[in-house]
Amino acid sequence: MSHAPTGVIERPTPASPGPKSSLGSRSLPRLAPLGFAVVSVALGVGVSLAAGWESRIQWGLISALLFLAISYVATTIVENQRQARDRLATSVMWVCFLVAVVPLASLLWTTIVRGSERLDGYFLTHSMAGVLGSEASGGVYHALIGTLEQVGIATVISAPLGLLTAVYLVEYGKGSLARAVTFFVDVMTGIPSIVAGLFILSIMLMFSLEPSGLMGALALTILMVPVVVRSTEEMLKLVPNELREASLALGIPKWRTILKVVLPTAIGGITTGVMLAIARIAGETAPIILLVFGSQLINTNPFEGAQSSLPFYIYEQYRIGEAASYDRAWAAALVLIAFVMILNLVARGIARWKAPKTGR
Amino acid sequence: MASTTPIDTPPAPPVPRPSPRSTGRMGDKIFLGLSRGSGILLLVIMASIAVFLTYRSVLAISKDEGNFLTTFDWNPAGDPPVFGIAVLLFGTVVSSIIAMVIAVPIAVGIALFISHYAPRKLAAPIAYVVDLLAAVPSIVYGIWGALVLVPYLEGLNLWLDQFFGWTYIFEKTEVGVARSLFTVGILLAIMILPIVTSVSREVFLQVPKMNEEAALALGATRWEVIRLSVLPFGRSGIISASMLGLGRALGETMAVATVLSPSFLISLHLLNPGGGTFAQNIAAKFGEADAFGRDALIASGLVLFVLTLLVNGAARLIIARRKEYSGANA
Repeated sequence: MSHAPTGVIERPTPASPGPKSSLGSRSLPRLAPLGFAVVSVALGVGVSLAAGWESRIQWGLISALLFLAISYVATTIVENQRQARDRLATSVMWVCFLVAVVPLASLLWTTIVRGSERLDGYFLTHSMAGVLGSEASGGVYHALIGTLEQVGIATVISAPLGLLTAVYLVEYGKGSLARAVTFFVDVMTGIPSIVAGLFILSIMLMFSLEPSGLMGALALTILMVPVVVRSTEEMLKLVPNELREASLALGIPKWRTILKVVLPTAIGGITTGVMLAIARIAGETAPIILLVFGSQLINTNPFEGAQSSLPFYIYEQYRIGEAASYDRAWAAALVLIAFVMILNLVARGIARWKAPKTGR
Repeated sequence: MASTTPIDTPPAPPVPRPSPRSTGRMGDKIFLGLSRGSGILLLVIMASIAVFLTYRSVLAISKDEGNFLTTFDWNPAGDPPVFGIAVLLFGTVVSSIIAMVIAVPIAVGIALFISHYAPRKLAAPIAYVVDLLAAVPSIVYGIWGALVLVPYLEGLNLWLDQFFGWTYIFEKTEVGVARSLFTVGILLAIMILPIVTSVSREVFLQVPKMNEEAALALGATRWEVIRLSVLPFGRSGIISASMLGLGRALGETMAVATVLSPSFLISLHLLNPGGGTFAQNIAAKFGEADAFGRDALIASGLVLFVLTLLVNGAARLIIARRKEYSGANA
């Protein structure tokens, strides 16, 4: 990477503005930005306390603005205008990054703190049967079963479908059909989950089907397939061509080459892609509201009758609006986030562990 | 990317043709059929989404006594059923625009931070953290937004009203919690940050090293390098990244449904509670809707579908076009 030396280059640059010796030009010490940050946060907190603002968002905004102003002015005075502009840009990037991290940290922190209040063995193994919204009882078992079954069905349908489509696009695809499929897979990634739900709903209305876990799973499939296709495609493209050619040169038919050489080489990445896709659809709520209908009871049959699911359960408990139901919502959110994050971590672990060895 | 074309060449001459007992041909046919079939199936699904939604929508709109596009009401169960998407269209577009205005500069900043500013050892973990934002389910964003963000935003709203009230849009005329389109916009901004960031990061990493090094050699500061070589190269990438983010924001359901307190009014006072979006309206009204009401909701969903299709399609076309130019520096 060529960025590495930039830090070194920064200091000699003042040579350009004029005859002033570059060696003599002053520059701020390396740790100056850290100092600015400390000063501006202290000032920001002080100002906010003095003004009596309660919201931390105000505190943060003031501190960030102070940080930008201080570092710009200080650099202008000590160095020069160009360096100051550069410093300002650097500070803005840092602030942007922090602005993105703050909500994530707050969200994870709140979910863990609020969720762990209610989360225990009882919560995981009991349903909401006969529990009033205001009662501090009940659990998430029925929703867990619902989520696992719906996501399972969706995966069973979309993994092979997505895999085959990706194989078609990479190994066989050319011409207008492949181009159309590529384009519409891209467009499909952007379909809002509620529209996928409405599509299955319109089929249900057409053939007067009852809401069930299967219907929800079908909507999830529509959301999952494009993700699987995209990631599998990327992975298949990473498989070195020499492997295919070597296999074909031995007279092995193309389909066996794909099954025995190409797919095993890329299997790590493909698994990762599928798991990330599962993590994505496990949190989808909208189609479940439309198609699975929600239930307080344990229903282990995804093909008949209403079911619940984790995200739906969170929404349902949130809507009840009682203190006890908020607690349940946070606990379920913690379960859901843990599920999704573990899938994510494991998936990335697999990706690193079984990364295809491209050339050497 | 360039590796695909050579892959396609070997199968063109079906070599095993002379040997009649090659078991490969049958397998090849089946396998090709299967994989091509699933590709076609995807196209069929896309087409049938359009067809089914249109069919149900036509059923609903033909009985609508109001103007579907301009009515400020949603009452498909009424005696003359009256419903229209004006408020929903307004709310969807406005909240998404707010989200874009907030998210795109920040996302570009983060992308530049990761690609050009962060210490090299930190860059990968930072990119991972931003990706984690994308992994959080939208319903969790929703309850976080409603129970944590909304109370925190009171102060900011007060400020905006106090200092920018003269702009009309930031004038808060109704007392009430911050369950407004503006809050929804902020939440959506957080949710679309990761996708905008990751797409623009990819583009920034593709900037030809030569351009950057040339600028550095002329004595440019880091910011001047970015302004002179990185941003011009990445402009179309940023545009398409923002449009992908816009597509996400348009269709987001749960975060809006939990945060917004809906009403069927169009108001440019963004801080006032009220308004609605397509997806939020569908989720909220579905429970009480009868069969006809569902068709009406499907009609509004069709509009959303077309909207996201246009935005996403345009974004993908821009990306695809610039790929052709950037082939040289992969």
